[in-house]
Amino acid sequence: MAEEATQEFRVIGTRPVRHDGVDKVTGRAKYGADYAFPDMLHGKILRSPHAHAIIKSINVDRALRLPGVKAVLTGEDLPELPDKAEPIGEVPTNLRHTALNILARGKVLYDGHPVAAVAATSPHIAEEALSLIEVEYEVLAPVMNVHEAMAPDAPILHPERRTKESPDKPTNVASHIQFKGGNLEEGFKQADYIVERQFETQMVHQGYIEPHNALAVYNPDGHATVYTSTQSPFEARQLTALVAGMPEGELKVVPAEIGGGFGGKLVIYMEPLALLLSKKTGHPVKFVMSRSEVLRATGPTSGSSIKVKIGASKDGKLTAAQVWLAYEAGAFPGSPVGAGCMTAISCYEVPNFLIDGYDVLVNKPKTAAYRAPGATNAAFAVETVLDELAEKCGVDPIDFRINNGVKAGSPRPFGPPYKRIGFIETCRALKNSDHYKSKLHGRNRGRGVAFGVWFHAGGQSSAVVNVHNDGTASVVTGSVDIGGSRASMAMIAAEVLGLQASDVRPMVADTDSIGYTAMTGGSRTTHSTGAAVYEAARDAVRQLKDRAARLWQIKPEDVDFVDGKLISKNNGVPPMTIKELAAKFGRTGGPVSGRAGVSARGGVGTFAGCCVDVEVDPETGKVQILRATVAQEAGKAIHPSYVEGQMQGGTAQGLGWALNEEYVYDTRGNLRNTGFLDYRMPTCLDLPLIETVVVEVPSPDNPLGIRGVGEVSIVPPPAAVANAIYRATGVRMQELPMSPPRLLKAMKNK
Amino acid sequence: MAKKQLVETTINGEPVEFLCEPRQSLLESLRDILGLTGSKEGCLTGDCGACTVLVDDRPVCSCLMLGVEARGKKITTVEGLAEGTKLHPLQQKFLEDASLQCGICTPGFLMSAKSLLDRNPNPTEAEIRYALAGNLCRCTGYDKIVRAVMDAAKVIQAR
Repeated sequence: MAEEATQEFRVIGTRPVRHDGVDKVTGRAKYGADYAFPDMLHGKILRSPHAHAIIKSINVDRALRLPGVKAVLTGEDLPELPDKAEPIGEVPTNLRHTALNILARGKVLYDGHPVAAVAATSPHIAEEALSLIEVEYEVLAPVMNVHEAMAPDAPILHPERRTKESPDKPTNVASHIQFKGGNLEEGFKQADYIVERQFETQMVHQGYIEPHNALAVYNPDGHATVYTSTQSPFEARQLTALVAGMPEGELKVVPAEIGGGFGGKLVIYMEPLALLLSKKTGHPVKFVMSRSEVLRATGPTSGSSIKVKIGASKDGKLTAAQVWLAYEAGAFPGSPVGAGCMTAISCYEVPNFLIDGYDVLVNKPKTAAYRAPGATNAAFAVETVLDELAEKCGVDPIDFRINNGVKAGSPRPFGPPYKRIGFIETCRALKNSDHYKSKLHGRNRGRGVAFGVWFHAGGQSSAVVNVHNDGTASVVTGSVDIGGSRASMAMIAAEVLGLQASDVRPMVADTDSIGYTAMTGGSRTTHSTGAAVYEAARDAVRQLKDRAARLWQIKPEDVDFVDGKLISKNNGVPPMTIKELAAKFGRTGGPVSGRAGVSARGGVGTFAGCCVDVEVDPETGKVQILRATVAQEAGKAIHPSYVEGQMQGGTAQGLGWALNEEYVYDTRGNLRNTGFLDYRMPTCLDLPLIETVVVEVPSPDNPLGIRGVGEVSIVPPPAAVANAIYRATGVRMQELPMSPPRLLKAMKNK
Repeated sequence: MAKKQLVETTINGEPVEFLCEPRQSLLESLRDILGLTGSKEGCLTGDCGACTVLVDDRPVCSCLMLGVEARGKKITTVEGLAEGTKLHPLQQKFLEDASLQCGICTPGFLMSAKSLLDRNPNPTEAEIRYALAGNLCRCTGYDKIVRAVMDAAKVIQAR
């Protein structure tokens, strides 16, 4: 595999204009909310004003009497589903929790929890109808963070739930995970320096600019179509069918263009409601969330409490690490604490370790995946402690990481040792960057670095490569294009077929038009669907050789395919281009269409490092990012511009998380910042240009050496900023975000 | 429900008449009444800029303006940015510089950037960042957007 990855490429590694680009700069691309039908109804959702309450009664009579209102749904209208994990696609999913999160039944568990859904002839009438629905609540005390939730007499979100660890008594701790190795006590005895710190972080949202949407058309023959912005059309189909109580095969999901997701659009929220309301009314029904609904009831990733204790010897070798992580799951189990445990110390060789993770229920929205979910919280804690240790040992912080860094064969806290990885290469690339080599001058300024690790998922993907009669091709996949993946798929097919990227038209198909393809998420698309495209294109090449062999009356194995030309090995016929051969498809057996279905191996170990320079205003505590550089391992960058784009985008999200973004709840459990004015994401003015260093260490798990690049860049920035703030101010921040009031307080308490 | 109002306006150079309820925003009028879905809804509170259009050549969040307020005004949307099949230099540079990932914020950025370059064809990086501060992008970190506006400015100056 490795020798293939070092081969010379003709198309891969170049920067063609993306094929769907013109549609997106002219306003022609159709996103979810852009779909409409003439007789369509509009849906709106009534949401709980309480963080924790029993629903005593719901009366929808007045709403139904409002002219223009066609139907109302409450939790009782959804089928009851089993309280156990079912495989949805390849991810175990609790159907009962999924359904209860879509429409509450009996109890509401967070501010914004859906209680009823209305379909009416206009969105304004649907909205008016919401105010006519009468809900009687018995308000309960909410639990709003892991400390409250884990306290002995905490109010309980799910009184009926029992766990392995608590078989007799209800608990808010949904699960516990542990990794251990070596001898922890012995490891700390060997340490010359031990640093022990506790960290607190708040919930943050993915912040995609396009709100969730869903449009369902239920036909009288029982077939239905759902148009939606989703990262996972096949999982959305399966889940929507299950929650709405219809056979999966009767449902088609058409993935619209998607306006960002970052993991948050792997979840269904309104699809079954639109479907059931369409079935009830006979009209297409469309839902589009408002921004406040998006913030109150979708997305966020966990707030967390993390304790880290790490020991190092004088010569800068790590001897032991203990990490305790408690992550907010939100109202239903499923925080990414497992991934937090799996990544916390996985950049380093630590001989003795104990990692405990707790998934903790709180009265906040059910968390969803957010770019390298779980890893950023853990890295913020571990990477700031490592910075302190490097300082104590008197070692450059990047050298400290190189000294302890993982390489091929290094053990991991879980699973088999690492295969070929590029952590050390990533560290060296950052160390050799113009940025790190430059001097930083000036008062109140500081520089920090941090690193992170993430995975790329494998799993099932399908691809079809059609060779057309004019010698061009199209590539069809089921992977939603969230950031330029159409271009990468076309480039891989073009590389194999000897065509130009512009000769290959990429297309994202609906769930009826392509084989099963798992989510666009987990950094898997270019790696896994890319592998399917590679195999499908090779299948097409095999067929092309077959056709040429028939024409030339030789054996297929006597035909070579080089640079898009078919060449006979053993008789004197001149080479033939695909175009020339394509004109003869009709006489040689009909159209050529390559196909492949793969079940790709997931990869472990794609790394990033971030270097930031900050300036802190000592009077206000405001932090300005002066310069930022991200170095990241990409395996093989198919379209380098979009690899850089992922690195820059993840870095920007990490910087937002570091400095300003947080969910602010009041004591009653109501979210107070439900708009973009108060949920403060980075603007253009907050950021510098973001320098990128792409490190290419080929992956052994992909025929082209590709590693997934989508996520890991978000992991290092919060710790890098904390370390930079320390050098600017002498203050070690142990809370996120490091917003002006928090930093000002910390500087005053120094 | 108040009676629908007749609005006579100019959109992308063409005279247009439409009927809207007084409570409907310009964004809703463009998207749901006129089928011009290039302007996007991200927040409906004027914070994200995805719905930015030009009203008499000034950038405006069309979610914060009523449809009836378009009377007698000159509205330019992303659908009116190219001249026939000739892309505006901003559109061309956004493509060449890979300035969009998901693309939902792109129409708003293009309109804000057009307004800037119409006023100031030779902006500094700081001026570009200031002019685009009302447009949120969550995918790119703004790096390639800022570069595309700088590159488009060069094309426009060279004309």
